[in-house]
Amino acid sequence: MHEVGLMENALAIALDYAARDQAHRIHKICLRVGALSGVEPEALRFAFDIVTQNTIAEAAQLEIEPCPTRCYCAACQTEFEPVDGGYECPTCRIWSAAILQGKELELASLEVS
Amino acid sequence: MCTTCGCAQVDSAAAYVAPLTHETHAHEPHTHKSHTSNLTHTLAVHTRLLAKNDQFAQQNRDRFQACGLLALNFLSSPGSGKTALIEQTAKVWGGGAERVGVIVGDLATENDAQRLRSVGAIALQITTGSACHLEADMVAHALSHLDLDSLDLMVIENVGNLVCPAAYDLGEARRAVLLSVTEGEDKPLKYPTAFQSADVVILTKMDIAQAVGFDRTSAIDNIRHMAPRATVFELSVRTGEGIDTWVQYLQAQRQSINARNSGHRIQSF
Repeated sequence: MHEVGLMENALAIALDYAARDQAHRIHKICLRVGALSGVEPEALRFAFDIVTQNTIAEAAQLEIEPCPTRCYCAACQTEFEPVDGGYECPTCRIWSAAILQGKELELASLEVS
Repeated sequence: MCTTCGCAQVDSAAAYVAPLTHETHAHEPHTHKSHTSNLTHTLAVHTRLLAKNDQFAQQNRDRFQACGLLALNFLSSPGSGKTALIEQTAKVWGGGAERVGVIVGDLATENDAQRLRSVGAIALQITTGSACHLEADMVAHALSHLDLDSLDLMVIENVGNLVCPAAYDLGEARRAVLLSVTEGEDKPLKYPTAFQSADVVILTKMDIAQAVGFDRTSAIDNIRHMAPRATVFELSVRTGEGIDTWVQYLQAQRQSINARNSGHRIQSF
């Protein structure tokens, strides 16, 4: 359960950007969370409500954009979305370690005023 | 209508050309430019949540490289044999156990550090309280208490957990994920993030593999699928099986890091 720590990081980054923009309220925080990031979105939402209390982000909306895993198969030179946690190319049945997307864990944008 | 003060200015210049200032309201005269910061607007950020951790990790990595030190990050479930393998590695390390530094993370107790010190390793315990993983700044703090120049090998034994530690770079050169034969052959499939991030996967307690009905072929197959580039070791601390191969691998990795370091030094002159 490291989502509280991650959300504290997200809030610190958000407060920093808001302060530099001289904003007095954060209305929305948008995160991008990859399927391989090891983070549970529901746990992030739970942590968000706790860490934003008594800050300018209190009552802000948390938007989580999921980033599904995408791999690249060098054999057939195509991208594919793996299923069941394995990285098998559905076309040529070769396993690929080339992950193009899925590890994201970032604060993408804020809505402030 | 202006959403900030409610005055009648509209956004479309074609529809209504408003004066830039107005003084008919009860508040101070102002221009509409002064409303800009009060309007809800979007800020593009695109910053990794672990950006600060990654900065500390890079600092740790630079320190390890400057000292010619091979740094490993050991990840596994609790009870897979991390401490036992580090103990055994220190015992047979070519330069002596006192050349092996260990930073060991647990929620509580100094037990593991004491075990490691008893075989001669230079061990520091980090008790994380309720934190389920080590972070790079914790390691940076621990490093400040160690004489890195007197060491060849630095092992960071993470908190026993296959989920959270996988997300945190500590500055290690190689990440090792341990899997004991009692844990189930499909663990690499159940914990893809940890195994995907592994440079090395170590099957431990191989001496009891037969007794617990461990399906070696299936386990290796699953590891190969999740971490095709990882080097795989099979060993037993109790019988010593595979330990020599493991230590030889570490020595070779350390030499290759040092060779790269001296290469950089030559290039820089």
